[in-house]
Amino acid sequence: MADKILNKIYVKVWRQNNPTAKGRFETYTVENISQGNSFLEMIDILNDKLILEGKDPIAFDHDCREGICGMCSLYINGHAHGPDTQVTTCQLHMRKFSEGQTITVEPWRVGAFPVIKDVMVDRTAFEKIQQAGGFVSVNTGGVPDGNTIPVSQEDAEEAMDAAACIGCGACAATCKNSSAMLFLAAKVSQFAKLPQGKVEAKRRAKAMYAKMDELGFGGCTNTGACELACPKSISIAHIARLNREYLKAKIAD
Amino acid sequence: MSILNSRIPEGSISDKWSNHKANIKVVSPANKRKLEVIVVGTGLAGASAAASLSELGYNVKAFCYQDSPRRAHSIAAQGGINAAKNYQNDNDSVYRLFYDTIKGGDYRSREANVHRLAEVSPNIIDQCVAQGVPFAREYGGLLSNRSFGGVLVSRTFYARGQTGQQLLLGAYSALNRQIAEGGVKMYTRHEMIDLVTIDGKARGIIARDMVTGEIKRFGAHAVVIASGGYGNVFFLSTNAMGCNASASWVCYKKGAFFANPCYVQIHPTCIPVHGSQQSKLTLMSESLRNDGRVWTPKKLEDAEKLRKGLIGPNDIADEDRDFYLERRYPSYGNLVPRDVASRAAKERCDAGYGVNSEGKAVYLDFKYAIQRLGKGTIEKRYGNLFQMYEKITDTDPYKEPMQIYPAIHYAMGGTWVDYNLMTTIPGLYAIGEANFSDHGANRLGASALMQGLADGYFVLPYTIGDYLAGEIMVPKIDTNHPEFAEAEKDVTARLNNLFTIKGKTPVDHFHKKLGQIMWDNVGMARNAEGLTKAIKEIQELRVEFYKDLLVPGELNNVNPELEKAGRVADFIELGELLARDALNRNESCGGHFREESSTEEGEAKRDDENFAYVAAWEFKGVDVEPVLHKEDLVFETIHLTQRSYK
Repeated sequence: MADKILNKIYVKVWRQNNPTAKGRFETYTVENISQGNSFLEMIDILNDKLILEGKDPIAFDHDCREGICGMCSLYINGHAHGPDTQVTTCQLHMRKFSEGQTITVEPWRVGAFPVIKDVMVDRTAFEKIQQAGGFVSVNTGGVPDGNTIPVSQEDAEEAMDAAACIGCGACAATCKNSSAMLFLAAKVSQFAKLPQGKVEAKRRAKAMYAKMDELGFGGCTNTGACELACPKSISIAHIARLNREYLKAKIAD
Repeated sequence: MSILNSRIPEGSISDKWSNHKANIKVVSPANKRKLEVIVVGTGLAGASAAASLSELGYNVKAFCYQDSPRRAHSIAAQGGINAAKNYQNDNDSVYRLFYDTIKGGDYRSREANVHRLAEVSPNIIDQCVAQGVPFAREYGGLLSNRSFGGVLVSRTFYARGQTGQQLLLGAYSALNRQIAEGGVKMYTRHEMIDLVTIDGKARGIIARDMVTGEIKRFGAHAVVIASGGYGNVFFLSTNAMGCNASASWVCYKKGAFFANPCYVQIHPTCIPVHGSQQSKLTLMSESLRNDGRVWTPKKLEDAEKLRKGLIGPNDIADEDRDFYLERRYPSYGNLVPRDVASRAAKERCDAGYGVNSEGKAVYLDFKYAIQRLGKGTIEKRYGNLFQMYEKITDTDPYKEPMQIYPAIHYAMGGTWVDYNLMTTIPGLYAIGEANFSDHGANRLGASALMQGLADGYFVLPYTIGDYLAGEIMVPKIDTNHPEFAEAEKDVTARLNNLFTIKGKTPVDHFHKKLGQIMWDNVGMARNAEGLTKAIKEIQELRVEFYKDLLVPGELNNVNPELEKAGRVADFIELGELLARDALNRNESCGGHFREESSTEEGEAKRDDENFAYVAAWEFKGVDVEPVLHKEDLVFETIHLTQRSYK
């Protein structure tokens, strides 16, 4: 079906040349956008225009453009990944916007994610949390046949629900405390539901938790905002499981 | 006698890998600690290789252009991973997987490599399970399988429609463990822009820090390219926006032969193109063809009404629907291999039966599966794909069939490697999609993940030792060596050149033009006239590019336009080689369809007498014709026949 055309919209976007530069909002006019375009295609079109005008295009993270790599990370009109639900920024389409609207685009605002340029942030902190314990310590080779480790379908499904996390950071960006609990919980909960994860459960929960604190993410006050912002709808029930895992590990100390 | 030595081991097909492992050299643990390996790319192949090499004791430096190794485009693979486990008791075996892969590749791959791939495939599943990859399970707790195109057994393991994601996160977790332990030094947001060779051996790379713009030197005793395929040469593809061929291309220009570039897979089930401003195409997993039925209207007038939006697909009665895959290929039906399904879709649309406003779409219908299995089952199997489809197209595939059309998806061609996965440059390896080795002229579904992980977990960690055993006396590579200085000077000049053209045209415009030339002349159907025209147009585009390119921003800052300019410069050269290779191969095989070589029924016609070889191209200069080297394909085990899925 034919998509409608937005004759004119206004994009108010955060511009910051480098991590230490002072940033500011700039507003640009974008014309003649099909509602069938994705949000990032609209930014592409705007950038093309900026380049032709001799201006610096907006730097933003994106890659797969199908909602799975977790690279895109825009805060749009006060929502992580914009006004649609269960989508990443790259899956957001212009049909969610209307004629003449001003669209405000900001980077993830999390202390642990410093701005690199414009709306591109540094999420190395997430890497460090994963490196602290987001794995099962098995080397390549010498593992048993896959079917010698049965997993009930329910557990496998629940583990998969958690494992669906794409590490985009929308949870932390949405949280008023800038907490990374949902991100952390997704990994810990995945392993907690699987026999393979049991061996190192205590060490994992403690190490990842400690790393998250060390990196300056805030604590969780159970507002549930993260679950709503999560493009993969990861449930805060996983945070409850993380807390149980953590408590079990601490009690054992 | 070809100068290419594929180093295929002696012995019967099932003994070759064992014989080879028994004969190749092994490096002692004490010496591994002294050796360094660079791995470029952190998808399934790169991440699994980097982690496994570090576990063995090598010092690894890994590079990716994304902000995290977890974001490599393997993450987007949906349907599954093949393995010859025979868990379903349906008479699967290593031999059958080997045979299916050779046949699926239209007899254009190396028997020995493919057999090895089939042999190690069961180990991959075991490895991933041990890492905690949440594969789909049966009620009894054992692993579940589904079917994929081009085969008659159920051997595909999966994690919903996110198998690539889960396998990559498994490899990423192994990589993270090695990063934490210090065995892998990870460089994110770094792009390899040159290879450094010293006395003919790969000794390091030059990379650009994509945050600061700094040009950096990295030395190692061996370099592994795991940077994926070149599908983005077509601009619109299912690849990620950043996927590029530059790492492979600089290796080609330094002497690594490039093999079979014309073998590009066009995936039959992608969301059709809309308008002219689209940035990429989205794949709908092949697994959907397990339960979806592909059709177009039988009557031209119905197709016309659909295109004008006067009627919808549900207005067309069953008897007026042409399930053309089931009609033409009764034994495989909707599960024919990708190349066959893609051409069949094109044939219907070219004949006027296309169903969207552009006439370039067919239906993939789940009505029948929902009637048979219930909506709940379909939702469980494909829920995330249906959701993705709805978000993009604003139509509900539970109620209305999906519209699909073929799109560029995967590169079977790539850097030429021998049985050890080493390129024609000693000490330089290529693994995963970046090499050419295992899929011949067409890759079967769920085999890319298998190959990437086979190379990274179970092949390279063995074969690289054979080379590195000879390097144990070589001290840490000194990046002050004149070759490093020379390479750094070259890349700095190259980037400066792109930056200072200051023409009028942003890089995307060139990329789109290139893509259009490629899709129109080097796409699903190719002929000598079109290919010759394409080569000329690409050469003209290259001249225009260096005259009129406009790169904004700064050299020493985040600059995506500069990154793209470098990649597109390489794509333009690669596109020309792709067209040349397609012109040279005057036969139809797998994804490569030459109109001059087809049967009366319009099926592809192979020419084994003249083309049963790997075409490996040697770079001789940008304006000089490359030299073709042929590696003859010898089939000792499988008898060559014309492929049939009827």
